Amino acid sequence: MPKIEFSRRSLLKAGAAGLAAATLPAGLARAQGSVVIGSVYVGPRADFGWNQAHAMAMDIIKGVPGVTVIEEENVPETDAVAQTMESMINLDGANVILGTSFGYFEPFMVDLAARYPDVQFRHAAPLWSADKHPANLGSYFCYLNQAHYVNGVAAGLSSASGKIGFVAAKPIPSVLSNINSVLLGARSVNPNATVQLIFTGDWSMPVREAEAANALVDAGCDVITCHVDGPKVVIETAEARGVKSCGHNASQAALAPNGFITGAEYKWETIYRLYADNFAKGEALPNVVVGGYHNDMVQNTAFGAGATPEAIAAAEAAIEGLKAGKPIYVGPLNDNAGNLVIEGEKDNYDPELDGMNYLLDGVVGSIT
Amino acid sequence: MAETAAAIPKSAPRARAAGPRLGPAAEVVCIVALALIASAILFSLFLLVIGASPITFFQLVWLGGFGTAFSFQNTLQRAAPLILTGLAFAIPARIGLTMIGAEGALVIGGFASAAIAIPLVTSGAPPVLTLAIMASAAMIAGGLWTALAGWLRHARGVNETISSLLLTYIAIAIMFFFVEGALRDPGSANRPSTLPIGRETMIGDIPGTSVHWGLLVGIALAGALWVLMSRTTFGFAARLTGGNPRAALAQGLPVGTLIVACAAIAGACAGLAGFFEVAAVHGQANAALVAGYGFTGILVAFLARQNPLAVVPVAILFGALAAAGGLVQRRMDLPDASVLVLQGIIFVVLLASETLYGRAKIFRPAEEGR
Repeated sequence: MPKIEFSRRSLLKAGAAGLAAATLPAGLARAQGSVVIGSVYVGPRADFGWNQAHAMAMDIIKGVPGVTVIEEENVPETDAVAQTMESMINLDGANVILGTSFGYFEPFMVDLAARYPDVQFRHAAPLWSADKHPANLGSYFCYLNQAHYVNGVAAGLSSASGKIGFVAAKPIPSVLSNINSVLLGARSVNPNATVQLIFTGDWSMPVREAEAANALVDAGCDVITCHVDGPKVVIETAEARGVKSCGHNASQAALAPNGFITGAEYKWETIYRLYADNFAKGEALPNVVVGGYHNDMVQNTAFGAGATPEAIAAAEAAIEGLKAGKPIYVGPLNDNAGNLVIEGEKDNYDPELDGMNYLLDGVVGSIT
Repeated sequence: MAETAAAIPKSAPRARAAGPRLGPAAEVVCIVALALIASAILFSLFLLVIGASPITFFQLVWLGGFGTAFSFQNTLQRAAPLILTGLAFAIPARIGLTMIGAEGALVIGGFASAAIAIPLVTSGAPPVLTLAIMASAAMIAGGLWTALAGWLRHARGVNETISSLLLTYIAIAIMFFFVEGALRDPGSANRPSTLPIGRETMIGDIPGTSVHWGLLVGIALAGALWVLMSRTTFGFAARLTGGNPRAALAQGLPVGTLIVACAAIAGACAGLAGFFEVAAVHGQANAALVAGYGFTGILVAFLARQNPLAVVPVAILFGALAAAGGLVQRRMDLPDASVLVLQGIIFVVLLASETLYGRAKIFRPAEEGR
């Protein structure tokens, strides 16, 4: 519980609040006895990327009876996020808090979960562990690398040069897995395909993203894809340079009418709907929800003008394979420094892959 | 604004027994209040243009900023660093410096306190001693940082606004260099940070609240600095230098020392804000220190007309606006920038209201009837 002891002064304040609340229009009254989901985004809800993917899923959840959704955008990964979440709990009566940015977890959501044991907190990255963190906290995550693998298959058959350019934010495991999956997808249809990689250093660096995309095109890449928060700049730059592109996070098809092949998209709504249903039924929320193609948590954007007919056929076959559990990482695989990193076949949800810290042979680039 | 002033009747000059200082103080209060009201009206027009209800907006600002015990504590949490960074702008302003480098002093102070805590915490030093050393390190680091800008101003004629701003970027880069390198806690895989000082070392909250002690320290410091600037020869000399540096030099005042001292006081205040961010909020130094408090402090000091005492209520007002910003966004579905628009309007109207000062003879009789 929050540390609030009622002194005479705070009671007076609460009385004033009651008066203030009483004068509010009925529609603004605090929702009670139902599911109130508070969702917090690090950037704008319309960023053509990560935040938009979450916000669009929340829009779908808004239609579920008994569920109220409150949202706040542009909340930085500082103390501000703790204050926003507390405000959602105390003033809006939120009973489920979704933190969608990587840096919200420690220390902010971990601390808040301990202080508000009656509120469920869920965070969108695979960081929660039962022995270290409160039980009312948890993780949800979609293995987007499966959709990036499909991107790679389609890109491999849509590219003339076999050189795919990748603009990435930070060398953390989920990003590295997307890069490696694009490579493996492309190599499954073109054994000579390579992925040329540039890191920008942070999730949202529009100027560097444009520079990186241009540099990759100059280096001979004829398909550009990326893992940054808002892929808009990368996709638009590729389109302007006359090369093809594959999307990330949400649909960017509208940004590249000539060169768009397909894109890796999250399907957060599957998870959010599950939360809302569980909570409405009074059932406990699962601490960890992860998934990919087999349980409808990722998808590929509808094919654009950049995709060749062979690419579409091969990509659709790859999707069917993933739904049936066909593994992406099949050893022996070397990293691009020559070390053997994967020996046998790895299940697509093998926890070992969550700690990925290498780039496979065929990726031109370096983590450091 | 000018019309409002002109509309006030020139009659009713009722003499008041108050001392000579109440007059100017009351004038400031009145003009600032008028500016706030005018800003609220302008912002209401803005809301009406985009089809939102000003009444709902101000109700929500009240609810989110002051309306409940939780809201008020949320406001005070946000106000605590703003008091200190507001002072960091206000003090040098009294001596004629426009120092906008509080953000850098906050970051370097917070980083210094977290860095010096590492050997202390690992060697098991008592928390009180650790905190005292951390606070001193933060104030010294922040003080030296901005004193540099003051010294450059005095000795080399470097524009202190530019140099303090550029020093801010250097401070942030220095912190990142160490936090992502030599001083990185190996356990902070996902978020590069220094070694946590640990719960037992961290400063708790003021009992019965969720507000940390930085608030009370800020208020006490505001009082102390008001005394320093208004009631001591140091403050008098500083204000004289701010009014006319050449005259101050001609009077034999140590202008250089005064300038560097005021700059150092500013940096120490901001450094202290950084210390509280580390010791009371985060428990370690990382990117979260760069939260913009230093820049919001400039606005706070401006609205407070560089008066250390006035910084406190203004910081609370800004804390309330920030606390309510999220609520407004959630309930009215307005973009998060709408509260920034209000802040911007307040700032511009406030600058415009400067023109009202010095018309005190017209103004004073009217304001006392208010």
